[in-house]
Amino acid sequence: MPTEPEERLPAAVQIRVEPRDFELGAEYEALRKRSASSGAIVTFTGLVRDFNAQGALNGIILEHYPAMTVKSLHAIAEKARVKWDLEAVTIVHRVGALENHDQIVLVGASARHRDAAFDGARFIMDYLKTEAPFWKKEVTSTGDTEWVDAKASDQRARERW
Amino acid sequence: MIKVLFFARIRDQVGCAELTVELPDNVANIGDFTDLIKARGAGFDEALSDPNILVAVNQEMAGEQTTVEDGDEIAYFPPVTGG
Repeated sequence: MPTEPEERLPAAVQIRVEPRDFELGAEYEALRKRSASSGAIVTFTGLVRDFNAQGALNGIILEHYPAMTVKSLHAIAEKARVKWDLEAVTIVHRVGALENHDQIVLVGASARHRDAAFDGARFIMDYLKTEAPFWKKEVTSTGDTEWVDAKASDQRARERW
Repeated sequence: MIKVLFFARIRDQVGCAELTVELPDNVANIGDFTDLIKARGAGFDEALSDPNILVAVNQEMAGEQTTVEDGDEIAYFPPVTGG
């Protein structure tokens, strides 16, 4: 019996960590192509705020632990994929110097029904915020820089799952 | 040899991003290893005494009891703030 060439399935989980910006439309289309059995796609985009509790800001600098970041995001995405039977997940996270209103992070999740896609995307963001090794440094309007402290509210958001 | 990495505020406090350390025979877990690093000076002691700091062994989150073996990569960092 002749052996059929094994069909190559696109990876259900795709992760990128890089300085360059992303284009939501292109990411959405790429995710949709990996979601042939899905009835819902949810995407979330996180942006750089132009203020903190002390006043105006002038961008952020995002540091990460390169050897661990993708590994950690992959584990989070995989946990969500299994828990909500997600068909595909995309995570893009930027690093380096970002300006006010720049895009920082994109999470996209597809599933048969919307509840799974919403919950899966939210779970990924809540875990990313508390487990993935990224650190923000804020740049003030006078050019000073200050490391951002982790928020208790982020920890609580994760604990609801 | 053990490769030790420091990130973000911890790196600023200890004054370096990376160290290479010989693993002594009496150091078996992260708790012991952290004490060894703290003994290097005041900056190390202060930074690594913060109860909120996190530690990873070979890029996996670890705790005081996690075993340390020659060749491991050990990273210390503050609670994460990405997203």
